[in-house]
Amino acid sequence: MNIVVCVKQVPATTEVRIDPETNTLIREGLESIINPYDTHALEEALRIKKRLGGTVTVLSMGIPSVREMLKDILALGVDQAVLLTDRRFAGACTLATSYALASGVRKIGNFDLVICGKQATDGDTAQVGPGLAEKLNVPHVTYVQKVEEIEHGYIKCNRVTDDGSETVELTLPAVITVVKGINTPRLPSIGGIRKALKDEVMVWDVDDVGVDENLVGIKGSATWVIKTFVPHYSTECTMLTGSIQAQARALWDELIERRGAL
Amino acid sequence: MIGIEILKGRCTSCGLCLSECPFGAIIMDGDVVAITDACTLCGACQEGCPSKAILFERKTVSREDVSEYKGILVYAEQSRKVTYELLGEARRLADKLGCNVSAVLIGKDLQGEAQELISFGADVVFAADNPSLALFNDEIHAHILTELIRQHKPEIVLIGATIYGRSIAPRVSARLDTGLTADCTLLDIEDGTGVLLQTRPAFGGNLMATIVCRERRPQMATVRPGILKPLPVDVARQGTVVFMEVKFPKSVRTKVVDVFLVALGDVNLGEAEVVVAVGKGIGSQDNMSLAEDLAKVLGGVVGASRAVVDAGWIEYSRQIGQTGKTVAPKLYIACGLSGAVQHTAGMVNAETIVAINKDPDAPIFKIAHVGIVGDVRHVLPEITKLIKEKKA
Ligand SMILES: Cc1cc2nc3c(=O)[nH]c(=O)nc-3n(C[C@H](O)[C@H](O)[C@H](O)COP(=O)(O)OP(=O)(O)OC[C@H]3O[C@@H](n4cnc5c(N)ncnc54)[C@H](O)[C@@H]3O)c2cc1C
Ligand SMILES: Nc1ncnc2c1ncn2[C@@H]1O[C@H](COP(=O)(O)O)[C@@H](O)[C@H]1O
Repeated sequence: MNIVVCVKQVPATTEVRIDPETNTLIREGLESIINPYDTHALEEALRIKKRLGGTVTVLSMGIPSVREMLKDILALGVDQAVLLTDRRFAGACTLATSYALASGVRKIGNFDLVICGKQATDGDTAQVGPGLAEKLNVPHVTYVQKVEEIEHGYIKCNRVTDDGSETVELTLPAVITVVKGINTPRLPSIGGIRKALKDEVMVWDVDDVGVDENLVGIKGSATWVIKTFVPHYSTECTMLTGSIQAQARALWDELIERRGAL
Repeated sequence: MIGIEILKGRCTSCGLCLSECPFGAIIMDGDVVAITDACTLCGACQEGCPSKAILFERKTVSREDVSEYKGILVYAEQSRKVTYELLGEARRLADKLGCNVSAVLIGKDLQGEAQELISFGADVVFAADNPSLALFNDEIHAHILTELIRQHKPEIVLIGATIYGRSIAPRVSARLDTGLTADCTLLDIEDGTGVLLQTRPAFGGNLMATIVCRERRPQMATVRPGILKPLPVDVARQGTVVFMEVKFPKSVRTKVVDVFLVALGDVNLGEAEVVVAVGKGIGSQDNMSLAEDLAKVLGGVVGASRAVVDAGWIEYSRQIGQTGKTVAPKLYIACGLSGAVQHTAGMVNAETIVAINKDPDAPIFKIAHVGIVGDVRHVLPEITKLIKEKKA
């Protein structure tokens, strides 16, 4: 079973704060981390590999410094790591990202399964997994919370739905995207760290993967941002005072008489 | 350099763009503004430049004649409130553009539901009605939707940001090589161009971004449930139901073998009229019953902040916010909940917001309509008791 895991580097979003005075982003401590959902994708791949053999390759598209993140991932016991990096890949919307990653997966070649996170915490779009599946012309299933069976050419997964869950069978190769509940990611072992010191991250540019540069990055993007702004919600808050009993009565009056909310 | 350029003649080295950049990719190199490799070409800096000195190189040639595309198509997920919200919004946008609203409904025994879509604002309903379509299937739905778009060429396609909607929308947009904006909370039409302005939260709700798809069609968006308003139902509205000949994809590689519905009686949080939302301030799992009791007397549903879900006091399906559900009930009562942006992103559209918090400076009071400063563990039982008495 040859598995490719797509991992994205994202800002540690808790650190992204707005300065209320100047309405701008506060950048200090803007650390970069692996997209949390992708750690679960990685863990699932390693578990499947342990059961069935084969290889696990991680694939990321990003700026050159993502190499460091991929080196850390190598220490978890993955077989190889690939970084797509090139100014021509930058500024991609999810369509252009899906296309670039698909070209990376094709170059890695001979894959049975691609695992993505449910979504990336920087954009929360959840679009790249299904988009990648389409560009690879393979089926996909999103929000997988359990891989129930997997064998050559076949996978059975349980996916979360808005009303509960459902079990879906797919032929392989396929793309799945996973939720946090699927597993608990492992920590790197000492042996793994030692071995990873020797492993190198493969770095590919647009020419290496042989894609049309007009279909990736900013040129290949269908959508772009034209404006950003800080959301403002202003309301007048009526504070209720007095004893707890008085507050409860005042609340009833507010809701029934003034607002018709009940 | 590809993509971004600082126009030397215009840049005044004021440095304002440095703090606009979410990635810290803009630096002062001496007194010259420079872009580093950390740049992701997100475009956030462009608006913030008072001298309009930041230029993005975009593709300008049109891939196809966008004017061929007309009308708005709504993907009508069966029995979901968001479908009616999408129709109401589509109607509003269509009136601005002077075009039609159509809907596509895929499933079995659709006559009644198709008629209902008309009373909620559709002019035409395309129904793919077939016994084998009883269960949702990603591949089949994506195929039917894509073919319909190819045939009818709508300029805008709206899809609910539900689990199914978020699964097929990117598949369809990738097949059509067009743009898709996820989880929009606000839609509008740009003056002059008629382009769809798609606004969505970014960076965990800290920022809002307005996104356009200028050169490709259709312009596709998924829209968060519970935010846009449906039209009042009008049973006298006229429209056409077209039963389509259902064409299945050549090979279907996906098969749904089992469906598990959550226990009956568990009201859908996203559709509840009253939500009692619990924050970490409730103190312990045992105290959760205080909120449940209040929800019961109000006929509402209990929701929670992520902190409460993380503590394991309630299941994830009850989480409200950026990474949980969006709710817009008539009444929302926040109990010991601080009101972080990631949480409020999922509930600001509630009609009346009541907040109970012991900290008078808690951010939740900034968006609440009615506030009580106090210990939620004491206030809640008192409110429950009073409402019980009043209702009796
Ligand atoms: C990427 C990302 C996504 C996120 N997504 C979500 C999301 O979808 N939904 C979400 O909710 N959060 C989300 N969060 C987390 C969010 O930032 C907050 O941490 C969380 O909402 C806080 O929950 P809370 O208000 O219950 O807890 P706290 O922030 O700990 O607030 C507890 C409040 O209770 C009050 N209090 C304490 N004791 C009492 C008492 N006895 N009586 C009355 N009041 C009391 C305190 O004054 C305080 O205001 C996300 C964070 C990140 C980084
Ligand atoms: N630049 C990228 N490099 C590698 N994987 C990515 C990238 N962008 C998105 N992905 C994958 O797609 C998933 C969904 O991302 P998104 O659609 O951006 O929310 C992530 O969890 C990753 O698995």
